[in-house]
Amino acid sequence: MVRVASETLNSRVPEGPVDEIWDKHRFNMKLVNPANKRKFTVIVVGTGLAGGAAAASLGELGYNVKAFCFQDSPRRAHSIAAQGGINAAKNYPNDGDSVWRLFYDTVKGGDYRAREANVYRLAQVSNNIIDQCTAQGVPFAREYGGTLSNRSFGGAQVSRTFYCRGQTGQQLLLGAYQAMMRQVHLGKVQMFARREMLELIKVDGVARGIVVRNLTTGKLETHTADAVVLCTGGYGNVYYLSTNAKGCNVTASWRCHKQGAFFANPCYTQIHPTCIPVSGDYQSKLTLMSESLRNDGRVWVPKDANDTRKPSDIPDEDRDYYLERRYPSFGNLVPRDVASRAAKERCDSGFGVSETGLAVYLDFRDAIKRDGEDTIRRKYGNLFHMYQKITAEDPYKVPMKIFPAVHYTMGGLWVDYHLMSNLPGLFVLGEANFSDHGANRLGASALMQGLSDGYFVIPYTIGDHLAKATLPKIPEDHPACVDAMQAAKLRIDQLMAVQGSRTVDSFHRELGLIMWDHCGMARTKSGLETAIGQIRDLREQFWQDVRVLGSGETLNQSLEKAGRVADFMEFGELMCVDALHREESCGGHFREEHQTAEGEAQRNDADFSYVAAWETHGVGEEPTLHKEPLSFPNVPPATRSYK
Amino acid sequence: MSNDTLNLTLRIWRQENATSTGAFRDYKLAGVSTHMSFLEMLDVLNEQLITSGEEPVEFDHDCREGICGMCSLMINGKAHGPDNATTTCQLHMRRFNDGDTIVIEPWRATAFPVVRDLVVDRSAFDRIIGAGGYVSVNTGNAPDGNAIPVPSTTQETAMDAAACIGCGACVAACKNASAMLFVSAKVSQLAVLPQGKAERNERVLNMVAQMDKEGFGHCTNTSECEAACPAEVSVSNIARLNREYVRASLMSGG
Repeated sequence: MVRVASETLNSRVPEGPVDEIWDKHRFNMKLVNPANKRKFTVIVVGTGLAGGAAAASLGELGYNVKAFCFQDSPRRAHSIAAQGGINAAKNYPNDGDSVWRLFYDTVKGGDYRAREANVYRLAQVSNNIIDQCTAQGVPFAREYGGTLSNRSFGGAQVSRTFYCRGQTGQQLLLGAYQAMMRQVHLGKVQMFARREMLELIKVDGVARGIVVRNLTTGKLETHTADAVVLCTGGYGNVYYLSTNAKGCNVTASWRCHKQGAFFANPCYTQIHPTCIPVSGDYQSKLTLMSESLRNDGRVWVPKDANDTRKPSDIPDEDRDYYLERRYPSFGNLVPRDVASRAAKERCDSGFGVSETGLAVYLDFRDAIKRDGEDTIRRKYGNLFHMYQKITAEDPYKVPMKIFPAVHYTMGGLWVDYHLMSNLPGLFVLGEANFSDHGANRLGASALMQGLSDGYFVIPYTIGDHLAKATLPKIPEDHPACVDAMQAAKLRIDQLMAVQGSRTVDSFHRELGLIMWDHCGMARTKSGLETAIGQIRDLREQFWQDVRVLGSGETLNQSLEKAGRVADFMEFGELMCVDALHREESCGGHFREEHQTAEGEAQRNDADFSYVAAWETHGVGEEPTLHKEPLSFPNVPPATRSYK
Repeated sequence: MSNDTLNLTLRIWRQENATSTGAFRDYKLAGVSTHMSFLEMLDVLNEQLITSGEEPVEFDHDCREGICGMCSLMINGKAHGPDNATTTCQLHMRRFNDGDTIVIEPWRATAFPVVRDLVVDRSAFDRIIGAGGYVSVNTGNAPDGNAIPVPSTTQETAMDAAACIGCGACVAACKNASAMLFVSAKVSQLAVLPQGKAERNERVLNMVAQMDKEGFGHCTNTSECEAACPAEVSVSNIARLNREYVRASLMSGG
C-alpha cells in the first residue's frame, strides 16, 4: 500500500470560468514596481526555450537575472532539436480553429490527466508566442503573398502548426537566446555557461539559491537570489537510449526533490513510434524521424515470422499492414502511443524485421508509385537524407526500418497555477514541470509550452511571489549556503573515492535496459516490482564499483556523467513506484492488466483522475503520495478510439 | 557490409588544460563497426581507456543529431571530417578504411582557446551575438504575426542564413581563423527581414567590432568556411555583410 497524504494539494487555480481566470488573475496578482525590480535577483537554471525566454523577459522587466547552463553556450539546449513546429490558435487558415479548440485538443490528447486551467492559459497565449517570435526575426515559413504558413500535425483536425522547415526548435531557441544575449550585453542578465546545478539552497523553507559546479575548473560556486526558476528539461535519458541530447538529465529537478519539492507523474513518458532502430551495443542515442512521414509511409511486417526475403520481394498478400488492419479509420496516422504499442506487439510476437528483430518497415513504395519520387523528395528529402546518412540504406529503394524510442517526459516537478513548486520561491517551467500535457503530449506542443511559460507566465507570477514574500539578504556564508556547498562537495568526493572497475556508461546502459524492459511501452505489476529490486541492486553496485578517473578540479566529463547517473539510479525507482501505483492505462502509461479485449488502453477515471505528486523521505524509503484531484468541467472525459 | 569492422590508429591531441603544452598520442582501436558514428567510436575508445586506467579523451557533444552545434573536431585536417554538410556526430565509420590512421585535433584558433583535450572555448561567438545579433523587441511588444508580410523568397533567404548552428567549423577551417561566415549569417538573416531593418546599421558595425576584438582573423575570400560548414551557409552572406558594413559606415559617417 502506498502512503497517502491526508490533505490534497492546492493548485491555486482561481475560481471562475476557465476562459476568464487568467485575465482576472493577472489583475489580482501583486506587482513589483519598476524601480523596485532592480532590487531583486532571479536565478534561471537551463537556457532552452523556457529558460532562455524567462531570462530574457525577466531581464527586460528590470530584474537582475543569473542564467546557467551546462553546455558551452546557452544556444545549444535540446529544444534546438525539435523538428516539426509550434502550435497556435491563430486560425489564419480559416479552418475552424480557436483558443477553445486548441484547449480541447490538448486536454483530450493528454488523456484527461492535465490541469484544465493551465492548458487553457497555454492555448490563450499561444498566439502571442507567434507574434513575439515573428517580431524577433524568426523565419517562419510563408505563403507567396507573405503571410505565415501552417501545416497539419497529429491529434488535430485543423492546420495550426507554424514551422521553419524541419528546424523549428532551432529557430525559436535562437530567437530566445538572442533576446537573452541582448540582456547579457545590457548587463541585466549574467550568463554562466558550463555550470551544472548540484544543490538547491533553501532558507526558512524558501528557495534562495543554488550550488553549481564550474565544469571547466571543477570549482563549486554558491549563487544566492530572491527566487529560483528551474528550466532544466526532461528525464528521458533515464532509459540511456532516447532521442534526448546526451547531456539531458534529471539532476537539477532531483536535487530539488530531495530538498522537498514534489515530483509529479514521473511514469508519464512518451515513446515516439518513428525512430531509427538500435544497430549495435555501442549505440549512444536514437534519432527521430518526423511523425509527418506517416502521412505517406505504410507500416508493415511480414505475415510469416520466418520470412527471410528482402522486403521488396515480399508481395502484398504476404505483408501485414497491421495499423491499417487494427485501426481502419486512422490507419497509419494513429497517435504516437498507439502506434508505438502496436509495433512493440508485432516485434514481441516474433514478426520484427532486421537482424535484431526489433524493427518494422515504413514503406514509401506505394506513395512513390502514386505521386512520383520528386514529390516525395520535396516533402521529405531532408529526412530521407538523414536516414541514409545513418543507415547507409536508400529509403527511395527499400523501406525504412523504424522502432519506437523514448522521446519526451510529461511528468516533472509539481507546480501550482503560478508554476511555483510546493517550495516557495522555486518555480519550474517547460518540460521540467508536469502541468500541461497530462499523460500524453501532442506534436508541436512542447515548443508552445516552453515559450508560454518563459515569455508569458513567469513574468507575471514571479512578481506576485517577490512582492509578497519576506526575503532577507542572504550572505554567501549563511549556514544554508555552507551546508548546500558541503553536500555537493561530499557527493563529488564520494563518487571519486569509489575507484571501482566499471565505467559510468556501463551502469547507465544497464539501468536503461531495466527501465525499458519494465517501465517502457508496457508495464505490469510483477515487471515493475522486479525492476525496483533490480534498480536497488544496481544502485548498490554503482556506489561500490563505479570508476571515475582524474580529479574533481578539472574538466571531467566522466565525473559529470557519474553524478547524473547516480541521480537517475534513485529517480528510476520513483518512476517504477509511480507506474506501479497507477492501476490504469492512460496516454503514455500502459499497464497490461488494464486494457480492453482489443488490447486498447483502459483509463480508470473513478480512482485515478488525479495528479500523483511524490514526497521523498530519503533514498530507499517509501515516499508519500500527495494527490491533486483533477476535474474536467469543460472537456468531459471520453474514451479515445481510433478504430 | 553489415558486419564489417575496422582496425584503426587514432592520433589524438591530448592537453591537460588551457595553459599546459599539448601533444599527440596514438591509440590502437580494433573491431570498430562501420555502423558506428564517429563519436560512438570515441565512446568505445574512452570505455577502453577508463578500463585500462587512463583518463578518457574529453570532447564536446550533445544532441548527436547535427543541430546543437556542440560537437567539433578537426578530422584528418578537415573540420567535421571528410563529408560535406555533415557534423562530426553525423559522420559514420563506414567513411573510413581498415588500417587507417585518423588524426583528431581540436578547433585551432586564437579566439577559441583549448579548455582540455579536444574541448575549446567558443564563448566569443556568444559575445558577438550579444553585441547586436538580435532584434530589440521586448516580450509583449509584438504586432500580429501577419501585420508585416514577408515574401516567401525573402524568408527563404533569411532561413538559409539562420540555419547556422554556431559550431565554429568556419573559423577552424579558415587559414586566418576568420569568423566572417558566422557573423555574416546572423547579419544577413536580420538584414533581409523587415523586422531587422531598424537596427541594420548599428548591428553590423557592433558585431564586426566585437568580432575584431575577440581576435578572429580577416577574411581573404578563400571560401574554405563554406566548404566546411555543416549547415551549408553560403559565402554570399559574407558579400552581403561587406555591403551592409560599407553602407552602415557611410551612413554613420564612420
